[in-house]
Amino acid sequence: MARALIEKRTDWTGIGFAAVLTIVIIFPLLVVGTWAFTNVWRYPSVIPQEFGLKFWQQTLARADVWSSITTSLSLSVTVTLLSCVICLPAAYAFARMEFPARNLLFFSFLAGHAFPKFGLLVAIAGIFLQLNLIATFWGVVLIQLVGTLLFMIWIPVAAFQSVDRRMEEAARDVGAKPFRVFWSITLPQAGPTIAAAVLLSFVGTFYETEGAWLIGAPQIRTLPVLMISFINNQPVIQYGAVLSVILWVPSFAALLFARRIISSGSFARGFGG
Amino acid sequence: MAMLDIQGVTKKFSTTMAVDDFSLTVADGELVCLLGPSGSGKSTLLRMIGGFETPSGGLITIDGDDVTRVPPERRPTGMVFQSHALWTHMNVFNNLAFGLKLRHLPKAEIRQKVEAVLELVGLSGYGSRATTQLSGGQQQRVALARSLVLEPKILLLDEPFASLDQHLRERLREEVRDIQQRLKITTLFVTHGQDEALALADRIVVMRDGHTEQADRPDVVYREPASPFVAGFIGSMNLVDGTIANNVFTHTGFTVPLTAADGQATLAVRPEALHIVPASGVGMAKIHRVTDYGTHAIVDIDLPDGVRLKAMVGEARAWTAGQAINLKPRAFAAYRDNVAIFRSLDNHG
Repeated sequence: MARALIEKRTDWTGIGFAAVLTIVIIFPLLVVGTWAFTNVWRYPSVIPQEFGLKFWQQTLARADVWSSITTSLSLSVTVTLLSCVICLPAAYAFARMEFPARNLLFFSFLAGHAFPKFGLLVAIAGIFLQLNLIATFWGVVLIQLVGTLLFMIWIPVAAFQSVDRRMEEAARDVGAKPFRVFWSITLPQAGPTIAAAVLLSFVGTFYETEGAWLIGAPQIRTLPVLMISFINNQPVIQYGAVLSVILWVPSFAALLFARRIISSGSFARGFGG
Repeated sequence: MAMLDIQGVTKKFSTTMAVDDFSLTVADGELVCLLGPSGSGKSTLLRMIGGFETPSGGLITIDGDDVTRVPPERRPTGMVFQSHALWTHMNVFNNLAFGLKLRHLPKAEIRQKVEAVLELVGLSGYGSRATTQLSGGQQQRVALARSLVLEPKILLLDEPFASLDQHLRERLREEVRDIQQRLKITTLFVTHGQDEALALADRIVVMRDGHTEQADRPDVVYREPASPFVAGFIGSMNLVDGTIANNVFTHTGFTVPLTAADGQATLAVRPEALHIVPASGVGMAKIHRVTDYGTHAIVDIDLPDGVRLKAMVGEARAWTAGQAINLKPRAFAAYRDNVAIFRSLDNHG
């Protein structure tokens, strides 16, 4: 009954949301996408005069583009792996153990996100300068690692907390030692939610620009940093547009992967939903 | 032979005594029910036997081996949890095979054991099902099978049917009793349902505030409750406070002759033992309401000061609300300071 009623009424709020989202998300993407495959597009024409892959060839022929792709990928992979190694045991501890200042520490991960990021970065850059970490790969890894802490602690904590303790006890009962219980029961139970956190931190690291630029420049240039400099310094729009389209690939792949996780509801569970 | 011996076990959580100097010996093949209200320490006791809590003091031995501080994975106990606690990321077969795999049994033997136990709990052919596809009763059967497949010396059941509906609960408890009898497995069963305890147990341990109130055969616990607490907890029971003087118990006009020293006392009469007769004149009490249950009827009785009693009668038609009656308890007990000071002779009748 209720469902039939809802279906009959025109959902103006929904249409409004869809329209706004289309204008602010889809439309810009469409414009950038079009630019990437355009050879000539002069004002006031609404569609480009000439489509083509000319700028793809030019962009992909540049050594700095390839080196930035390599840098971005190896950075994201390194940061995500390190983050897993550091954060997952920590998250397990936060979820399952009592220790002094537990809550204070837990909420301290918000601090990195509670203040204007750029100010924080400048202060960190000052410290890194003394430690000779500026413009090094590991300097950028370190700064991006800080950015992943919140996701990689908070979401897995919720995931571990939502694992039924009785399931773990049942595993102990049939003869599994504590580590085996973690490996065979706790981790698979918390797995989908943790995968969502890992995904978020990978994509987040891949697209991060401020830290990568401030700490990494000029030696370490990630793909997004390169794109910004193309957009700022090149008179030709297409270079930036092509890089932008290349940058869609990881988030598109991540979305495809995430769809499975999100539809299973574990993503929401990670946020306590 | 698997004998469980609990000697003076104590469990203290920061401020409260959950289990207080508890002792119990369970014989080989015996099914003992730990019965008590929530917070009586029965679950804590079971968890200590399973190894999930460490006693603050005392000794737990299984077949003479001290297991007091042995972790659960090295105990010969199998536990069935209230919430079934099946591993939802594994199918039924893998839930049952997990413990066997940890013991490095050959694959063929694992398969054969799992199939045998599935048959035992009436779930043959369910191996490839996801646990979430099963009904509540089936899930609990799988949980039972998961413990049984490892052939534990002691089976521990922690209110396993609490989340099931009445009908299913009755069926499953009969199945559990059958399986337990067939395997002759020493079993401890925690419940707060007295009918479950009465139906299942060889022996009932009634717990209150971490200690034993009474431990005896179900019929004895029912007919000769050791304290007003047990009397009130097992079955339905009328409890009336009054005074004894010259071998007569009195509560505002309700008098019962007995043999006990003068003083305060609590009289306990089961509804089926409270005989009522029509009174000429005012009588001891008045009928408040008659409820017909078909097989029998329950008469609610008001004493003059408003205390409500219940009596079970065969025919509802013989009684009407407002009728004046006299009370003649046929079987009863009197308690003082938590101890029985008198039991009527035909208590067993």
